[in-house]
Amino acid sequence: MKFKLDFERCKGCEVCASACPKKILQMQHERINKSGYNTIACIDESACTGCALCATMCPDCAIIIE
Amino acid sequence: MPKFSRPKSLVDKQTHFCPGCLHGIIHRIIAEVIDELDVEGTTIGVFPVGCGVFGYWYLGCDTVSASHGRACAVATGVKRARPDRLVFSYQGDGDMMAIGTGEAIHAAARGENFTSIFVNNAIYGMTGGQMAPTSMPGQKTQTTPFGRDTAAAGFPIKSVEMFATLDGVALAQRVSVHDAKHVREAKAAIKKAFEIQLRGEGFSVIEVLSTCPTNWGMTPTNSIKWLEENMIPYYPLGVTKEGAVK
Amino acid sequence: MKKTLMKGNEAIAEAAIRAGCKCYFGYPITPQNEIGAYLSQHLHKKGGTFLQAESEIGAINMVYGCAATGTRCMTSSSSPGISLKTEGISYMVGADLPCVIVSVQRGGPGLGTIQPSQADYMQATKALGHGDVHVPVFAPCSVQEMVDITTEAFDLADEFLTPVVILLDGLLGQMMEPVSFGDDAVEQKREYPDWAVTGHENKREYRNITSLRLHPEELEETLIARQARMEGVKARTRSQAVNCEDADIVVVAYGTTARVIQSAMEMARAEGFKIGTFRPITVAPFPDKQIKAACKNAKQVLVVEMSLGQMVHDVKAALEFSVPVEFYGRQGGFVPGPEEIFEKIKEMTVSL
Repeated sequence: MKFKLDFERCKGCEVCASACPKKILQMQHERINKSGYNTIACIDESACTGCALCATMCPDCAIIIE
Repeated sequence: MPKFSRPKSLVDKQTHFCPGCLHGIIHRIIAEVIDELDVEGTTIGVFPVGCGVFGYWYLGCDTVSASHGRACAVATGVKRARPDRLVFSYQGDGDMMAIGTGEAIHAAARGENFTSIFVNNAIYGMTGGQMAPTSMPGQKTQTTPFGRDTAAAGFPIKSVEMFATLDGVALAQRVSVHDAKHVREAKAAIKKAFEIQLRGEGFSVIEVLSTCPTNWGMTPTNSIKWLEENMIPYYPLGVTKEGAVK
Repeated sequence: MKKTLMKGNEAIAEAAIRAGCKCYFGYPITPQNEIGAYLSQHLHKKGGTFLQAESEIGAINMVYGCAATGTRCMTSSSSPGISLKTEGISYMVGADLPCVIVSVQRGGPGLGTIQPSQADYMQATKALGHGDVHVPVFAPCSVQEMVDITTEAFDLADEFLTPVVILLDGLLGQMMEPVSFGDDAVEQKREYPDWAVTGHENKREYRNITSLRLHPEELEETLIARQARMEGVKARTRSQAVNCEDADIVVVAYGTTARVIQSAMEMARAEGFKIGTFRPITVAPFPDKQIKAACKNAKQVLVVEMSLGQMVHDVKAALEFSVPVEFYGRQGGFVPGPEEIFEKIKEMTVSL
């Protein structure tokens, strides 16, 4: 199960983080994208069940679940 | 096939919406419904003035921009000229229930066979956070700096309850997009509305509760909580009318 | 040629049907109610749609939506209603959308009267909405001319991608005259124009029709392109000059008053006054060249209007103040009589 983020599309709103039942999505503050946002990051992909709640709640359609 | 991917009808373009603004979700579920019904080629969207005005970049169907408050009249003109097209308007609460009330009510009363999707985020977003006809009592906005005083600025309007009194309305329903479960219900409601339109059964209106983090002055996640705790009690979710009078 | 006796408003409605108008959106307001009433009875016979809107604002925005799909459409109203429509008209100009708008002038301002007037000349020719809004405006003065101009207006609107206004007054709308509609030409099937919003049917890129252009380069470009198009309309401006070659005074008027000044001229000519008349049929763009030619020998010009004087300014500007221009007007719904105009002519002659 693969959580895939479109790094340039994310606006760091964290809505996905609160939607994730496994609480494995957190903001990363190392890199900013072209629009100047820090983005979300998945801290433990093995725990990801592919439920896609994060993607459902992403206002920018920046999350793909493969 | 990925388990979750961008719908075809949602143009692959960075949106201008503020971080955490749920307009983006509403655009996506409309695009998902358009894909599922496979009607992108025969759909015409009407986008009036408001944060949602740039929907004509983001949705892959033909669109017409309307002046503020007149989307229901423009959509009437489009549908009367092309009854063979799926026509929807995407309006804000100011557009629908302030300046556009007349157009909205009469389109509904005439049973105009199009779908109005109107986003209730209890504020005017694009112009910087003024009071909307749906702003909550006590809600602070640019034009109610001390909180909306109902004695001076009146009470928020419950729209789909009002539309339910009009015989031409085939579906009036209030939904929300503040969590995944409700996003799915909102999508189902929009799909039902489009199907009602395709069967020519009359006017359908879907009121979508949404957030405005920037002008509410809250984080996206806190604004979702605020919606849940303040708006849903005042604006109960559900169908207020189904089945137009024939 | 078969002629039928018809009321102005109804003749315009019939001409619109024959011109292939498919949708009419309107709202009742005296003195133009017969246009909508007639179309509500007959438009559907040609597969057209009549719809009475919730307001003039609703009506013009329905026209906007319908025009965006490339479908021929029309609305009509009178003075206060035209004021309500001006925002929508500006949006249609900004989106380069064609339609026909009939303005049947009544006395104003405010509620005013339902009697005829020409006090909306500036509204129609200069102030139809915010922004640089310049649309062709025609001013017929007979029921036959109304029919001919309505037919032409739909073609002009489509050709120049613009609303076209037919400017009447309550008297012209209400009067009956024999009129012919020409042979019952078979209505040709019109294709949707290639700019229209029709649903891309997965055959082309998705398309938007808007007047929103946030970037100055974009907005300026569309304004300049539209102005260039309007230059093309200048070549279509029409007017009618009578007895101007030897005229000491040329009397200028449009619409109803143009008929009255004919009688005044005949009276004056009978008593040896060398009087000519000039009638703009297109009042926007104003027929500058034509009026200059008509007045080149005139010592004075007299403009007659049912208002406090509006077209008079266009006349002065067109003549570049090369000849003294006087004004005679009646307001409140009065139509000036030929005798009072003749009196004014005599008064002006004394000062010659």
